[in-house]
Amino acid sequence: MSNNSTFSRTWWQNILPKIVLAPSFAISLLFVYGFIIYSGIISFSSSRMLPKTDFIGISNYTKLWKTLNWQVALDNLAIFGILYIVICGTLGLFIAILLDQKIRIEGFLRPLFLYPMALSFIVTGTAWKWFLNPGLGLEKLAHDWGFENFKFDWLINSDMAIYTIVIAAVWQSSGFVMAMFLAGLRGIDSEQLKAAQLDGASSFQLYRRIIIPQLGPVFLSAFVVLSHLAIKSYDLVIALTGGGPGRSTQLPATFMYDYTFTRNQMGVGAASAMIMLLTIAAIMIPYLYAETREKKQ
Amino acid sequence: MSIASNNNPSVSSQRFWRVLIYTTLIVMAVFYLLPLFIMLLTSVKTLDEIRDGNLLTLPVQWTLEPWKKAWGTACVGLTCEGINGYFWNSIKMVVPSVAISTILGAINGYILTKWRFPGHRWVFALMLFGCFIPFQIVLLPMSQVLGFLGIAGSTAGLVLVHVTYGIGFSTLFFRNYYEAFPTELVNAAKIDGAGFFRIFWRILLPSSAPIIVVTVIWQFTNIWNDFLFGASFAAGEHAPMTVALNNLVNSTTGVKEYNVDMAAAIIAAAPTLLVYIVAGRYFVRGLMAGSVKG
Amino acid sequence: MKKSKLTLLAAALPLLLNSAYAENKEVEVLHWWTSGGEAKALNVLKEDLESQGISWKDMPVAGGGGSDAMTVLRSRVQAGNPATAVQMLGFDIQDWAAEGALANLNDLAKAENWDAVIPAALQSFSKYEGNWVAAPVNVHSTNWVWASKKVMDEVGITEVPKNWDEFVTALDKVKAAGKTALAHGGQPWQDATIFDGVVLTTGGPEFYQKAMIDLDKEALTSDTMKTAFDRMRQLRGYVDDNFSGRDWNLASAMVIKEEAAFQIMGDWAKGEFIAAEKVPGEDFLCFRVPGTEGMVTFNSDQFAMFKVGEDSAAAQAAMAKSVESPVFQSAFNVVKGSAPARTDVPNDAFDDCGKKAMADLAAASEAGTLLGSMAHGHAAPAGIKNALYDVVTNHFNSDMSSDDAVKQLAEAIQGAM
Repeated sequence: MSNNSTFSRTWWQNILPKIVLAPSFAISLLFVYGFIIYSGIISFSSSRMLPKTDFIGISNYTKLWKTLNWQVALDNLAIFGILYIVICGTLGLFIAILLDQKIRIEGFLRPLFLYPMALSFIVTGTAWKWFLNPGLGLEKLAHDWGFENFKFDWLINSDMAIYTIVIAAVWQSSGFVMAMFLAGLRGIDSEQLKAAQLDGASSFQLYRRIIIPQLGPVFLSAFVVLSHLAIKSYDLVIALTGGGPGRSTQLPATFMYDYTFTRNQMGVGAASAMIMLLTIAAIMIPYLYAETREKKQ
Repeated sequence: MSIASNNNPSVSSQRFWRVLIYTTLIVMAVFYLLPLFIMLLTSVKTLDEIRDGNLLTLPVQWTLEPWKKAWGTACVGLTCEGINGYFWNSIKMVVPSVAISTILGAINGYILTKWRFPGHRWVFALMLFGCFIPFQIVLLPMSQVLGFLGIAGSTAGLVLVHVTYGIGFSTLFFRNYYEAFPTELVNAAKIDGAGFFRIFWRILLPSSAPIIVVTVIWQFTNIWNDFLFGASFAAGEHAPMTVALNNLVNSTTGVKEYNVDMAAAIIAAAPTLLVYIVAGRYFVRGLMAGSVKG
Repeated sequence: MKKSKLTLLAAALPLLLNSAYAENKEVEVLHWWTSGGEAKALNVLKEDLESQGISWKDMPVAGGGGSDAMTVLRSRVQAGNPATAVQMLGFDIQDWAAEGALANLNDLAKAENWDAVIPAALQSFSKYEGNWVAAPVNVHSTNWVWASKKVMDEVGITEVPKNWDEFVTALDKVKAAGKTALAHGGQPWQDATIFDGVVLTTGGPEFYQKAMIDLDKEALTSDTMKTAFDRMRQLRGYVDDNFSGRDWNLASAMVIKEEAAFQIMGDWAKGEFIAAEKVPGEDFLCFRVPGTEGMVTFNSDQFAMFKVGEDSAAAQAAMAKSVESPVFQSAFNVVKGSAPARTDVPNDAFDDCGKKAMADLAAASEAGTLLGSMAHGHAAPAGIKNALYDVVTNHFNSDMSSDDAVKQLAEAIQGAM
């Protein structure tokens, strides 16, 4: 009797977690993978304004690669992505190290670096647009203060506008990276440091030899978070430049939206989405592999 | 950890370094603050002063009119009732979305670490990848699904969308946090006959405060600030704050009322700012507690 | 089913009896008219409907010249829950009709005699396969110049420029006086709006028809087109430094505030002048882009009527009827700055610019020089329109040569077909 009830209890306890997890998993399967497949189908179809499900082969993809805007978007993504990741990472680490020096007002300073992450670009875009606008913002300010020759017109210069996006994006996310590094720094084993200090290592050496190498996982996490943000960047461009001047600050995400929703070339838009997904997958799969494999119990 | 207490430096050189570090930090903090400061400053100036002065001139005549107008009488489209109604729309959307996605994330994280089954890694990896897809691609199929469920254009629909695309991250946070939680405790409880929910409720949840804070901050920020889903699935009377703000900023009577725009923008950002200021200190602590370290 | 018959009857009643009875007395209207003059004009319609007991559910989606609104619309249609009426331009209406998403307004159109009073050029957009699917609200034309009288006086421009060279001379005078000669906002559609006028003045109506509407490759790569791009480059020299990304109404404000002399913009700009209580002829002047007198590049805002449930059809029909009523046509267009979509609306209430717009429209329609605006989706479908935007805006914002621009234009249009 009791044996039997224990068995059914164990059985129930084994199956219960799976039942509880199932809805979340099912939702992911449908709303993520279902929709990815859906996009894949659209990318091989002749869809223009509304989705269709016929099959026309790979002509959307060939069209995509012949589109000048797509080339511009990819070039921009390369410039933007590299600068954004490198600068955010460096700056985040730098601020984190400074904040880690037993700063008395750390509690006051930390939110000042973090807060941009809390704001949507719909909000800050206006302020940034203004700040970067030569006739209203920084350039005018410098002129008012007597620096007549000061020139800062990147926002309206086709060749430089992409860099204003980098500036605003770095401002927005570097605080978050800082928080990640700070958490990493706080988690480092202090015994080892003390030993090294006793051996006479300087602060600089400590960081270079012992601390930074131990931050490997944080670098990895930061890289993944930043690179997916870079690929998905959308609001930023819309709020700051609207993709202009000309089409010079187009990124893949804006390209995709543009072709799918305003140009009635949904097939081409879907094809660009598939390329974006593949790129993200190429970055994410090794990470996911490491993330789920590494920690053996 | 800290290595400020260096060996053998002379007191004066140490002081020099301290001053340098403080100065650098404060200068950088000022730069980070600048956009918010400009927005605040502009929102309390009159239009004439904005036109005549530059970005950083202090207002001669402080005014709260722009704030009142943004809250209560500014025109969004054809209705001139300010943005307060949309503010509540956002609250109605964000509270259930955050609550549901956090609870689901916690339970999922618990299952994926303490009730493992063959293939649990796959399940987790598949769920996590969902965080990284460009959301523009889901707009159309999602609206079809919402229409099918009969919740298109409603707050409920928007909540569903946010929960769907929020559980990936919340599961990640909780999974990494619970990974470090001693499994022996859970196993001991199992032997004592504690059930699935009991263990979660009594043993894991009480020690989950730091990661709950991180998850709530993350979800709250992302959901509150979302524009794409809000515009696509709930334009009109259920529109969230960001959509209304966009309409307001684009809604001008020839003269662009920068001060009203800025006041509205700050109102729109106030809840997230508040969350960061109030809970910001737990954020780093929570990140430290496991979500960052691999 | 008894009930469905009843609702059908209810839907038909207001058409027959002109009573305001309907089950669902509400129209949901998706639009991007959020700017001051525009919102004011739309309020006229809202109030008219409210006086008939029909409530107005406002769904404004600002930004992107309506492109964000179109995204919202797609998502609503996919959800099987479209708005009652959607502000729409040109080929978009045809595209939606082709998807079978639009309602049939034939009964109303017949009862109201739309075929006789709405110009054929508009009908070609409001009708799909012979059936009425949209209610045209107005006719805008894009080849206008808005000028500040005071600035012109100050710098000594005594006469309205008649051709391109005179225009350039005038622009030079303003520039020399240290004011902004051309108020402009560097957004793709605004660049393209200027381009409409420039192509028309450079090549004349036949060339415009060939290049922009028939998309004839020879015309697109011709020397005339190169000259058009040269002239765009010329205009680039007259804008101020901060033009990038500026909204059109802010550019208008520069002329209103007498900081700039001219703006090339469609006649919706007049709404901003009126809202700022400026008087045409005294404070500001309106004239056709020099060299395009007697020609009109038009675009027409229409309310595309979507297939909605039978319970809402009555309110929808009432809205369509109100849109086409001469009283509304006059009241709305006086505020909005456009010409009425009906030809039989008296011009008493209109100001000088409005009267000229109506006269020009009638004359151009007669002479066959009433042409669809490329910049505003009345010459070619969205894909091609945007391909043209790409080239025009890239050329305007960089130092691309006219030769390259012409070559790219032909390729881009080819690629989008």
